[in-house]
Amino acid sequence: MGLSRYTAITPDDLDAMLGAIGVGSLQEIFDRQIPAGVRLRRPLELPDGRPEQDVYEHLRELAARNTSDEEELSFLGAGMYDHYVPALIDMLMERSEFLTPYTPYQPEISQGGLQVMFEYQTAISELTGLPVSNASIYEGPSAVAAAGYLAKLHNGRRRLLVSAGLHPHSIQTLRTYSRGYGMEVVEVPLRDGRTDLEEWAAAIDADTSAAIFAQPNFYGAVEDAQSLSDAAHAGARGSGSATDAGSAPVVVCQVDPITLGILRAPGACGVDVAVGEGQALGNRLDFGGPSFGLFAAREEYLRRMPGRIAGETRDVVGRRGFVLTLQTREQHIRREKATSNICTSQALNALAGVVYLSWLGRRGIVELSELLLARTHYARETLAAIDGVGKLHEQPVVREFALRLDADVDAVRRRCARDGVNPGVDLHALTGRDEDRGGLLVAITERRSRADIDRLADVLGAALAAEREATVTAAA
Amino acid sequence: MSADVSGDAAVIDEGHLHADPGIAGSAPVRVHGGPAATPPLQAQPVVTIFQRGAPGRRAFSCPPLDVPPVELESVLPAHLRREQPPRLPEVSEPEIVRHYVGLSKRNFDLDSGFYPLGSCTMKHNPRLHERAAALPGHARLHPLQDPERSQGALELMWNLQSALAEIAGLAHVSLQPSAGSHGELAGVLVSRAYHEDRGESRHKVLTPDTAHGTNPATVTMAGLEVVKLETDANGGIDMDDLRAKADEDVACLMLTNPNTLGVFDPNIEEIAAIVHGVGATLYYDGANLNAVMGLSRPGDMGFDIVHFNLHKSFTQPHGGGGPGSGPIAVSDRVAPFLPVPTVARGADGSFALDYGSDVVGSKSIGRMRGFHGNYGCFVRAYAYICSLGGDGLRDASETAVLNANYLLAKMREQDVSGYLPLAYGELCMHEFVLSGGPMKRELGVKTLDLAKRLLDFGFHPPTVYFPLLVDEALMVEPTETETRETLDAFAAAVGAILAEAKDDPTIAAGAPYSTPVRRLDEVAAAKQPVIRETM
Repeated sequence: MGLSRYTAITPDDLDAMLGAIGVGSLQEIFDRQIPAGVRLRRPLELPDGRPEQDVYEHLRELAARNTSDEEELSFLGAGMYDHYVPALIDMLMERSEFLTPYTPYQPEISQGGLQVMFEYQTAISELTGLPVSNASIYEGPSAVAAAGYLAKLHNGRRRLLVSAGLHPHSIQTLRTYSRGYGMEVVEVPLRDGRTDLEEWAAAIDADTSAAIFAQPNFYGAVEDAQSLSDAAHAGARGSGSATDAGSAPVVVCQVDPITLGILRAPGACGVDVAVGEGQALGNRLDFGGPSFGLFAAREEYLRRMPGRIAGETRDVVGRRGFVLTLQTREQHIRREKATSNICTSQALNALAGVVYLSWLGRRGIVELSELLLARTHYARETLAAIDGVGKLHEQPVVREFALRLDADVDAVRRRCARDGVNPGVDLHALTGRDEDRGGLLVAITERRSRADIDRLADVLGAALAAEREATVTAAA
Repeated sequence: MSADVSGDAAVIDEGHLHADPGIAGSAPVRVHGGPAATPPLQAQPVVTIFQRGAPGRRAFSCPPLDVPPVELESVLPAHLRREQPPRLPEVSEPEIVRHYVGLSKRNFDLDSGFYPLGSCTMKHNPRLHERAAALPGHARLHPLQDPERSQGALELMWNLQSALAEIAGLAHVSLQPSAGSHGELAGVLVSRAYHEDRGESRHKVLTPDTAHGTNPATVTMAGLEVVKLETDANGGIDMDDLRAKADEDVACLMLTNPNTLGVFDPNIEEIAAIVHGVGATLYYDGANLNAVMGLSRPGDMGFDIVHFNLHKSFTQPHGGGGPGSGPIAVSDRVAPFLPVPTVARGADGSFALDYGSDVVGSKSIGRMRGFHGNYGCFVRAYAYICSLGGDGLRDASETAVLNANYLLAKMREQDVSGYLPLAYGELCMHEFVLSGGPMKRELGVKTLDLAKRLLDFGFHPPTVYFPLLVDEALMVEPTETETRETLDAFAAAVGAILAEAKDDPTIAAGAPYSTPVRRLDEVAAAKQPVIRETM
């Protein structure tokens, strides 16, 4: 047995410890427990261990081969956004007391973490306009799938209706999960960039368990959430449900929480369950994770919610305190009857979320939303004015918008990259939908100034012109 | 040798002033005979961030509007707009810092003291990992960055896949799942897809009664049915029960090995033969992998699917309840069903996201989440593997098992075993389970009381009341990163609490005394849930 920098058993310790255990060697402990036939008789084929500074250099070298948002002017979004993370979040997330505890199974020594969860739940309830929130789940798309499962538990019906405006990863994740829990997924197409309300209403019937849409949708368009909710609720009433008469499908909205400073809260639009990707709230990009998923709902769904929930209580002498509550929903108590299998979720990332929302504050979130709205509008109009660029749809947008280029998007993006600009996401590459060919999804954050947008316009315009010329030349 | 007991001084309120833990040299937890004082943290009012601040205060300075103003109604009609701002706090930056730093002080954490929480593997979290993960090339890398400009990240993922494959003894890895239970769901869905692809509709999943609650919960979410297996007198699977229940309807057996009793199943080879004999798959819950890294590989034991908990065995810090990461490794026969994307290395040595190739993921169950998984956790786990290497991982597991057996032996020396006998076996792997049954009957001290009294001694208690089949269970996992002195101090503290209880069992029943709050009313919290601040 060796002595690594993370272990502390010296040869003297080992002798004393083996003596106390009453065995002659370390080997004996394993020989008496692991059958000979399943022992590994060779070293693991992995590189040798290395000193801390070498490991750091290796990881720094790997990082250096990535082009981060530090090194190019990036307009990538589509679910994760390069918002500024205030320094105090780094400081708080690195504190041992938040970074290194386990899930708060002993509330008396976990009041800090539990109160953070309680505050987080309060903030998410405020943002979404829905009275109950859990303490976080993994991330956005799996939160949508978790909402599908909640709907199944709630009304036992078999069909999940989804708008094609949902993020493709959300639809794909929902399909993966729903094959397990035995439901079918039916997609409602868009019209002019928004969920086709007529098709949506027509698709609702007595088998519809949940009706799911995104706000804003994947193409940046602001949906008419109220009309979608109303249609889902009315459609079910009109058709009359065989399994659960009188109860409408669960209306689920996938939100981008940072837009809720300006967009009407889901709870004020008839939505039953709001889920979403929380990354924009104070979390890093981290190549896609970890971040957190938010999950909020109307009161009637409280006892079917997945994940941890912190609740307020008193100690034996009457002091205010917090505990994990409603645990009879959870896997460690209910096992196969649990409302979800989730255990570890995203507590540290949710901490960043609530600190970020406190940092933005009641006024700040509105100011930020209005800034994003104005810049997004400016960027959309500026780019759409470029020769060879058009809007993919005319719907209202607040932080992201879709364009159509009259040239090969991949080739144009490569040209822009050479000038240090990443103009956005190649829509077709992500969705695989034919109608998305030529589509470019452009995201705006408060880190992208007017000057940045103007530079994007210059570089994109030049790239399109060059690409057109190259195509003509190649054809000739 | 002085005991290395960390944590705040225990101050016992009236009536318990003479209680003396009696640990030699343990000054920090000594109860002094002076007047009773309220621990400082108990005197602090409990105020949420929503109750702080005042209208107009702020921490955020919005960048100035540098584009032409828009007319709101024309770009976003009123019926789509929010009517009132969300009632978020109105606080300055210093208020936020004081508030959350203050809250942090009401948490116990691994950097402050011993955390022998069974099945959670609370080993030291090296700070190198935080520094590396925070490098902008990792932290500010967008998940949709082009593969040719994210080669470093893809290579890291590929290296991690390869290392995990070697550790598991299973060739194919998907890093997608976000935590252990997410990996379980992926794994059971993979198993289900495998059988369905063969035209078989198997609906049962066998899980031992010692299994983590996530196992049966996962089975239900995957649309399958749980069939429980009994545990035999040695703490392994009851083989007669297994033979009786293993039939052609069984899709999978989910097994933790060593199991939650700390017992490595002596019949694992026969179990694998029986399960494979009826055409089912064998699933390895990797929560306890820290016992066997480099010593025994799930693939060599006959498992088809393994999930890892990077936040346990590979020391990703737990963050008070996540993030985690739960990659799965699988055998050749189920590899076509792996979740996508995985990372592949091309003939030219470059790396790419693979959405299903000829072998891996060709009949994929699909995506388990957005993007590629919890990359930030991959950076940390990979750094850990680089630091330790193959030999270091084996040493970590050997030391974890040594520490667990030593702590068990020390408890016996402390005359603890009469009240807290080992539930199964004589030796253990990386953790062991004691039964508090005799302690409860003879001293009137429940396992919960012992756990709460340990808080006054500056220790995080072990996992309690799990596994369910052990009366008043206490599940102890010290991990490899603890010193012998810490293990001695913990054993001494348990001995002291039992000695104290012989004189006065009410002390433990009323514990804790020194923590920011005393014992909390969980029943009231669930009866009338208050889950957000009143505004």
